[in-house]
This record gives sequence, structure tokens and C-alpha cells, in this order.
Amino acid sequence: MVEQHRFGNVLPHLILWIGILIVAFPVYLAFVGSTHEPTIISNGQMPPWPGSHMIENYYRTIFVGTSGTTREPVGTMLVNSFIMAMVIACGKIAISIISAYAIVYFRFPLRMTAFWVIFITLMLPVEVRIYPTYKIAADLNLLDTYAGLTLPLIASATATLLFRQFFMTVPDELLEASRIDGAGPFRFFKDTLLPLSRTNMAALFVILFIYGWNQYLWPLLITTRDEMQTIVIGIKKMIVTADAITEWQLVMATAMLAMLPPVAVVVLMQKLFVRGLVETEK
Amino acid sequence: MKRSIFNYRILPYALLGPQIAITIIFFYWPAIQAVWQSFLLQDAFGLSTMFVGMENYVTLIHQPEYYHTLVNTLLFSALVALISLSIALLLAVQADKPLRAGGVYRTLLIWPYAVAPAVAGVLWAFMFQPSFGLLARGLRELGIDWNPLLDGNHAMTMVVAAAAWKQISYNFLFFLAGLAAIPRSVLEAAAIDGAGPARRFWTIVFPLLSPTTFFLIVVNIVYAFFDTFGIIDAMTGGGPAKATETLVYKVYFDGRLGGDLGGSAAQSVILMIIVIGLTAIQFRYVERKVTY
Repeated sequence: MVEQHRFGNVLPHLILWIGILIVAFPVYLAFVGSTHEPTIISNGQMPPWPGSHMIENYYRTIFVGTSGTTREPVGTMLVNSFIMAMVIACGKIAISIISAYAIVYFRFPLRMTAFWVIFITLMLPVEVRIYPTYKIAADLNLLDTYAGLTLPLIASATATLLFRQFFMTVPDELLEASRIDGAGPFRFFKDTLLPLSRTNMAALFVILFIYGWNQYLWPLLITTRDEMQTIVIGIKKMIVTADAITEWQLVMATAMLAMLPPVAVVVLMQKLFVRGLVETEK
Repeated sequence: MKRSIFNYRILPYALLGPQIAITIIFFYWPAIQAVWQSFLLQDAFGLSTMFVGMENYVTLIHQPEYYHTLVNTLLFSALVALISLSIALLLAVQADKPLRAGGVYRTLLIWPYAVAPAVAGVLWAFMFQPSFGLLARGLRELGIDWNPLLDGNHAMTMVVAAAAWKQISYNFLFFLAGLAAIPRSVLEAAAIDGAGPARRFWTIVFPLLSPTTFFLIVVNIVYAFFDTFGIIDAMTGGGPAKATETLVYKVYFDGRLGGDLGGSAAQSVILMIIVIGLTAIQFRYVERKVTY
């Protein structure tokens, strides 16, 4: 503490609370919107506190869906989003950890080439190669499949770099010791490296799950059938330009459901989240 | 470099196989195709193509619409970066003070990171909805004829608000980490010399924080360029009259109509060059941090 303020610490607390209110306000309003009748919302009469239609609205959202637009119940979309996020997160971790293992623990021709081939994908985000990637996925019959949703996003330079960096810090003595015990490359990986990487994998999983859950552009291109939609795509399709048909109470309920899983991951696994975020940005 | 390694010939290739296969099929092959297509011109019926060199690029940069979209993107990025960085810095400086229950503030400020851009767009669209949105009604009380469906500036305000809101948490976390790394002793010495809190902030904290700030500016520009597609698509669809169209949105929109393949590819290649530039800057910064 550098000095004591005359007003104590009132000002910093005040500023932080104002910040928190600004940050939380849109979500609070969405929650309020998800508990009212549609007419009260479209009249501009929505009170700033929750209404009495919460159960009814969420029930319709999850099991029935909007009547005018997508018609797909949001429950299906949640399942799709969950599958996509899990496959992307686990897939990225799996293929990156074995790539990093090969690069760090083996010597072979084209080793550095392989490293650079993976590294340069950092500079090729999906946004800059939208249509050619779409065409390839279409040629491979991947439209409207889970493989199509996930495979093209599953390569990860960041994760490979992270595991490579971590493996470099693992003492050589560990490998020598397990060799003396007669362990081959599989056993060393399974019994020594994997347990050591557990925290890194968990931190990475938190970041990648959010990344996968929040994907927008790629699912938008690759899914055409309603039952393959993810929730993030579905919610946008529920908003119709002619506002008379937009069922805002259901849109807001969907927004709440779309935010819940990734936000819960951040709040419940805060330490891992912060660690993952800082490490993937190095 | 590891001293101790395995000697296997085939195994390392098998381990690298999945990752390399995916990068080649879904990253390199499309990227190469984009570059190649950007040099081709297809006739209106898609029957024949010919090599035209740089023509697609020349046509593109002479298009007033492309120039307009570029200016839009720069304005959008600058506003998003400025607003979210300022708010995040203000909050991080407060949260860095030794406060009671400081950890609670962090939890309550970082969660918007997890909100999908498209969902953030929907939340703000609800508040700015011209006929019943809470903020729209407030603005009308102030005498502003709020109509983002017709007024380009109103639409831009809306997408900037949603994009900046979502990025505050990220910037806040990194500023907080940067602030924690500033040695207390320097601040104490300045306080003994009679420097007040404002003076200490501008002459010590802010300059020492500059590597973090610079890094965050680059990250925020990348975010505004590439990760805000969902926000724009959910809120305005690039409209009205292209007022909120960014470069990435234009590639998507032009390509969807399916007309000008070469022109769309040329746009992709320009974006690729921008990404490469921004990534290079980011990595130079990382190197600098290492030598400190």
C-alpha cells in the first residue's frame, strides 16, 4: 500500500461496481426478456424485473422451438453445439499433443519442415479461406455432418506450440529413467508425459471448448439442414427482419441457454481459464 | 534441444500424420486455391477461365465499394480497440489496488469472454431494437431519432458497442497481469518523492505497461477484423447500405452470391496478407518481451 486515501477505498469499489453493472446489464435484460409475454416486450412495456412466464418460455424454447422461423427445438441445437465443442476441444488436444511428442522426442528427416507446416497455419484463419475450404468439404461429402463441422477446425498450431514448449522443460532424466525400466515410446508417453501434461491439457481444454462452442462462420456454411444447426447459428435465424414475427421472449431464452455452458466453464474453472488464456497467447 | 531421444523411423511420421493431413487438406490446399483463383478470370457462365495476372487486384482496389469497406473496417477496429481498452484499463487499475474482495471483481468481470460474438450481437440488438429496445427508447427520450435499420451511423454505433463490450474482459485480464508485474518499490519511491496517484499513473504505470498495451492493440485489431463476423451478421448483416460491412463480411457476402470468383479470391488473399502482417508484429513483440 503506497498511501492511505482520505476516502478509504470507496472510489475504486464504486468504479468497479459500475463496470460490473455495465458488463452484466445486457445479460440481465436478456434474462428479464426471457421471462415475459411477447406482447409486453413488443409494446415496449417490459418492466426491468422478471415476469411470470419463465417456465413456459424455456419449455417451448428447448422442446418446441419458435413457430415462425427455424422450428427446430433449441434442445437439438444444444446437443449439436455440445458435440461440436467437445470434438473440437478434445480433437485439437489429441492431435497436437502427439505432434508435439513427435517433434520433441524423435529425430527424423523433415522434422523442422513439419514444425513450420503446423506453425504457419496460425496465419490462415478460416475467415480468409472461406469458400475454397467449403468447396473441399463439399467434395468430401462433409456437408451437414459432425465431421464437417469439426474436422476443418481441428488442427492447432497454438496447442502444438504449447505442448512443444512444455515438453522441452521436462527433464531428460525422466526419459532416461523410464528407458532403463524398459519403457518404449508408447509407455513413456502414457505413463510419464500424459500425467505431467494434465494441467496444461485442462487449461487448454477450457479455452478450446469456448472456442468450439462459439464457432459461427464455419457452421453457418457447412450446415444446411435445420437439425444440424448449432445454437449460436440457430439464435441468429430466429430473428426476422419483419419484427412482428420475431418471438423475442424465445430468442432471449435461447441467448441465455447459449451463454450458460461456456460462461459456467469460465466461472467454475477460473484458474485454468486464466492460465489457458495467458499461455495460448504467448 | 533434447539430448535423449527415441530412434524410430516410421513412428514420428505416424504421430504427426493426423495434424499434417488436416492442415494440408483444410488449410494449405484452400489457401493455395484462393491465391491461384485470384489470378484467374471466369466468364459469366462459368464455362471458361483465363489467366489474367494482377487484374482482379487492380479492379478491386479501383472499386469505390472496396475502399468504403476498408475505411469502415479501420474505423470499426479503431473504435472497438479504443473503447474496450480504455474501459478495461480503468477497471484493471482499480482492481489492482489492494481491495477487500478483489478476487470477486475479477470473476464478475471476465465471464463475457465466453459469450459467442453472435450472441453478444443478439443481446445488444435486443436493447437497441428501434421500436421497443430499452436503449432505443432512452435515446428517443433524448431527442435522437434512433433507427439503425436506416441510419448507417446508428448501425455502426450498435455493432461497436456489442464488439467492445465483449472484448473488455479479455483486455481487463491482460492489463491486470501487466499491472501485477510492475514492481511496487518503484511506485513507493515515487510516492515518497511526492508524486500523487495521477502523476504516478501517467509517468510510471502507463509507460511500464506499454508492452501489454501494444500487444493488446494488435490482438484487438485482429479481433475486430476477424472475430466480429458473428456480431455483424446477427445485428445488421453489413447494412444499412453496407455501412457496417467489414472486409471479412464482404468476402462472405460477395462469395455467397457466387458471381465473381476471382475477385472474391483476391479479397481473401489481401486478408491473408493482413493476417500475416499482424501475426508478424505480434511475434516481434513476444521476442522483445523475452529479451527484457
